[in-house]
Amino acid sequence: MAVSTGRLRGRFADREARAGLLFVAPFIVGFLAFSALPMLASLVLSLTNFDPRAPDEIRFIGLDNYGRMLRDPILLESLWVTVRFALIVVPLSLGFALGVAMLVNSTLLAGRNVFRTLFYMPMQIPIVASTLVWIGVLHAQTGWLNQALGTVGVTGPNWLHSTTWVGPALALMGLWGIGNMMLIFLAGLQSVPTELYDAAKVDGAGRIASFRHVTLPMISPVLFYNLIIALIATFQYFTQAFVISNGRGDPDGATNFLNLYLYRQAFGFFNMGYASALAWLLFIIVLGLTILLFRTAGSWVYQGGDR
Amino acid sequence: MSAIARPMGRSLTAAGPMGGQMRRFTATAGVTLLAITIVSAFLMPLAYMLATAFKDESQLTAVGAPLYPAVPDTFTYEGRDYAVYDVPTPDGEVHAWALIEPHREDASFIDPENPDAGPIEWVGRWRTLQQHWTFQLNVDNFVNAWNTIEFPRLFFNTFAIAALSTIGAVASAICVAYGFSRFRFPGRNGLFIVMLATIILPFQVTLIPSYAVYLQFGWVGTWLPLIIPHFFGNAYNVFLLRQYFLTIPRDLDEAAMIDGAGPFRILRSVIIPQAIPAIVAVTLFHFFWAWNEYFLPLVYLQGVPDLQPLAVGLARFNALYSQIPTLLQAAALMAMALPVLVFFFAQRAFMRGVVFGGVEK
Repeated sequence: MAVSTGRLRGRFADREARAGLLFVAPFIVGFLAFSALPMLASLVLSLTNFDPRAPDEIRFIGLDNYGRMLRDPILLESLWVTVRFALIVVPLSLGFALGVAMLVNSTLLAGRNVFRTLFYMPMQIPIVASTLVWIGVLHAQTGWLNQALGTVGVTGPNWLHSTTWVGPALALMGLWGIGNMMLIFLAGLQSVPTELYDAAKVDGAGRIASFRHVTLPMISPVLFYNLIIALIATFQYFTQAFVISNGRGDPDGATNFLNLYLYRQAFGFFNMGYASALAWLLFIIVLGLTILLFRTAGSWVYQGGDR
Repeated sequence: MSAIARPMGRSLTAAGPMGGQMRRFTATAGVTLLAITIVSAFLMPLAYMLATAFKDESQLTAVGAPLYPAVPDTFTYEGRDYAVYDVPTPDGEVHAWALIEPHREDASFIDPENPDAGPIEWVGRWRTLQQHWTFQLNVDNFVNAWNTIEFPRLFFNTFAIAALSTIGAVASAICVAYGFSRFRFPGRNGLFIVMLATIILPFQVTLIPSYAVYLQFGWVGTWLPLIIPHFFGNAYNVFLLRQYFLTIPRDLDEAAMIDGAGPFRILRSVIIPQAIPAIVAVTLFHFFWAWNEYFLPLVYLQGVPDLQPLAVGLARFNALYSQIPTLLQAAALMAMALPVLVFFFAQRAFMRGVVFGGVEK
């Protein structure tokens, strides 16, 4: 802080604090009204049998909703569906986004900005619209994916109606959402000092070695950021699954993701007490994963000296 | 800038300057070709959408139909319509001829280019021949989709919801970001951390109590739950703007302050003009986030089709017409046209904004 600012601060400290609070007041009000109080209320609701169609019959039922989770086979299946999907989609999109970022960062690529724009563009398509497009592409007979597989003699599966293939199909659709990840990786790649690559080359490192020992450690902070965002998004996965199954979680519960199950409990069956408990389960999973990742971050995320 | 895959140093010594240039040219061609291949596969679904949206439904299941929109050719000869087939002849050529008299092992054709020459006898099984297709765009799908799902109303609803919530989101984010970046007050850092923590708070946690309260207010079935909460500073937007405001030199504020400007005046005449790129990015992000939002409109506007935005209307349309891909693709194309066009015009602002919000900590 400059000396002159310090002097001004001394004189106007009170007025400054008042002005500052005035400007952040919208956030404070909004946080209380739309985050803190509803959070508390949802914790309370999760201990009741609340049904908005009969609000007067609300009763406190203790931890029954949480006990019910353990005995709910559909919930356990839905958790498994979500976790299994996360195990496919998170590595796949991170890997693809990093690969594309390296490609569009290469000095050997002509028209890099055009490619960056094209790889980012599907991000901008409304998810419902892009899902409709993919439903068409993945159609067992008239879709282009199976027609392309057919030309090389492979009979493609009925992607969206097969319990085995619907997960990979949704993961494939998810590649259209890599835009932000790619740009963030790109910024990370661009901030790696060129001297490090030169030094690696002098030490006799090839391309793979310099990727492993220079690129990966140097971009680990953005990898960490992308990993957390991707995990949170996967546990809140909803729209694509809802659209392809018209909200039913078909085929045979294979797209009954945690968030879709929560939606059906809350707005299909109006079990809002149970749905509140499910929301807290979702929150605890996301929070737990985030904390776990931050704990392990020290061992693999590079912390620059000047931060 | 990147230093990945730069063969320059080595090639200069190995093959001389000319060889180095040559090799670099080859490498550029190779990498660019690879990128073209990947991006083509990546965007293939859009080509599928474009082609399908302009096809007649019957073309989808027709045997031997081309991938592009087309209709089977016919030729009128002596007052009757005949189907045109691709007919191979012994000289190795394939002709588009109209079949006028089919038999089991042979057939008579007419050459549409030269009908006066009369029927041409051809030996072979005509059933093994493929029909001849001519490129033709069919716009009926767009007309049908436009009329069945009331596109104008959905567009208006989407635009109105997105615009109103964007006004609130941008104004409040500017205000809150200004507070966090330019003033000292007790608890500022703690409050800032609380705000960032709301990013990982799943909206489902607050969804049900909010729904119950809005139900009491009579807001369920209106746009209010989709608009009002955005007037209180969203963490992503505030964070992005605050980071940008911090880069604006304080000398400018101080000069204005010495001239007697108050905090509002400084915000209006110093901060906002300096932060236009960041404000544009936040505006675009929020507008299209709201444009694409599906979950909350689905929850709050269930059973009120007249007020629903495009995303909800489109999903409803999909449930009704899932058996007619041509209609669905036309609807999808219309729904994505505006966001995609705006993106191409403003791609710099978008892409800079992502990096700014995501990386600069």
